[in-house]
Amino acid sequence: MARITSLSEAIAGAVHDGDTVALEGFTHLIPHAACHEIIRQGRKDLTLVRMTPDLVYDQMIGMGCVKKLVFSWGGNPGVGSLHRFRDAVENGWPHKLEIEEHSHAAMANAYEAGASGLPCAIFRGYIGGDLPKVNAKIKRVTCPFTGEELAAIPSHRPDVAVIHAQRADRAGNVMIEGVLGVQKEAVLASKRSVVTVEEIVDELPERSLNAVVLPHWTVGHVAMVPGGAFPSYAQGYYPRNNSFYKAWDDIAKDRDSFHAWMKTNVLDKGPDAFAQYARKHKAAAE
Amino acid sequence: MADYKPTEMMTIAAARLLKNDDICFVGIGQPSAACNLARLTHAPEITLIYESGTLATKPTVLPLSIGDGELCDTALTTVSVPEMFRYWLQGGRIKVGFLGGAQIDKFANLNTTVVGPYDKPKVRLPGGGGAPEIATSCGEIFIIMAQGKRSFVEKLDFVTSIGHVSGGDSRQKLGVKTKGPTKLITDLAVFAPDPQTKEMIVVSIHPGVTREQIQENTGWPVKFAAKVDETPAPTAKELDVLRELHARTNRAHAAA
Repeated sequence: MARITSLSEAIAGAVHDGDTVALEGFTHLIPHAACHEIIRQGRKDLTLVRMTPDLVYDQMIGMGCVKKLVFSWGGNPGVGSLHRFRDAVENGWPHKLEIEEHSHAAMANAYEAGASGLPCAIFRGYIGGDLPKVNAKIKRVTCPFTGEELAAIPSHRPDVAVIHAQRADRAGNVMIEGVLGVQKEAVLASKRSVVTVEEIVDELPERSLNAVVLPHWTVGHVAMVPGGAFPSYAQGYYPRNNSFYKAWDDIAKDRDSFHAWMKTNVLDKGPDAFAQYARKHKAAAE
Repeated sequence: MADYKPTEMMTIAAARLLKNDDICFVGIGQPSAACNLARLTHAPEITLIYESGTLATKPTVLPLSIGDGELCDTALTTVSVPEMFRYWLQGGRIKVGFLGGAQIDKFANLNTTVVGPYDKPKVRLPGGGGAPEIATSCGEIFIIMAQGKRSFVEKLDFVTSIGHVSGGDSRQKLGVKTKGPTKLITDLAVFAPDPQTKEMIVVSIHPGVTREQIQENTGWPVKFAAKVDETPAPTAKELDVLRELHARTNRAHAAA
């Protein structure tokens, strides 16, 4: 049942040390403000699940919150490497990072299977490549009807899903528009959830009969954090800050410049800062 | 003829392979440039699909990420990522998939995972993303990659996505029914699989490029088709449209 709270209460209530946590959002609606709150609250030993780790997991890895990463594409989209992720895998800094690596199709199927209450996902994939050799969770099953060999992996059942959405109403019904990624599946597959939203409205706006809405009884904490996806974007609110994604390459390349940036922009700030980032960026883009 | 860069020739040669009725799974970077160049020149009705779920999208500027708002704003419809991978890709509805990589071998298998051993990599690359299933589910695959000895290698450090595996009928023997890589477009030439061995051989050389140059930038002994064409040089129109697309994109990304 949805509870409307502050972001810090939401994270304190839902995300614990050692949890398996999925911050989702496929390029769009990435929950940056919630990521920063998890870092500020000093969570440790997390197993992070996410298709595209992106800047959020680069930051959490670099700050030492992460024990294990379950993922399918660990780059900075259109820019290059995630340097904190690379430093952890290549040099074990700030500590050793376990990885469980999949393809996008596998991850998307595993979330869908989790949301469907199934123990595993079955799909046509992982044919011929080396990923099954380095990930023991990738198995093959035989279709009982046709004899076709298919790939199987365990479904994703995170302890907590964390997503950002455009809006919720006062009951906590959450509406998502635009690139949907696996957010709906991640919330339905998880035991608990935190949803940050651009705004909380009396009534959800006029919408298509098939609009994507998570009913309030499927959602845990709902926190209003305007700009909470920045530098990712919220369709209809503010565009992606592509120049920040490019700038991150230099910030994250070096351990000291990374720490300096994190101190100024995460540890010494709060979720309120995001509204201003998004507002300024929107004005500049127009 | 106007001056042009080898990478422009590569993008243009790739764009020319696309047809108006193609349904194409597009990756970020070179593939996205080639697909949109085709759409803005000879293939105005081509269907472009990005794995973020945007179906039949017509961006005015190239996206930096696979899910920029521009793709969603200009799409016919946007579906969820599980639906994209299940119904559209696995369902066999995509004719052409574009791939690239950090390393390729002579059978067009690709590595985008690690340089060096998996457990102690010299360079940890982003990983497979959509590629392992794009490689086997799309009707055919076009690969775009600039040539060099470090990327065109005898043996991959890791096979992220398969091409023609170990050649011959080894791909079909794995139960894969799609064609796999039918073209490899580089900054020097166009390669296609030998009908029997499935080794990628040179079928067309870009203007001004020599066979020696191609060999110097390839880590295996390169084979050439019996009849090798010269790739037609970029036309003024192709160059104009491509450069204008990049200029528009740079302006948009600098502002935002």
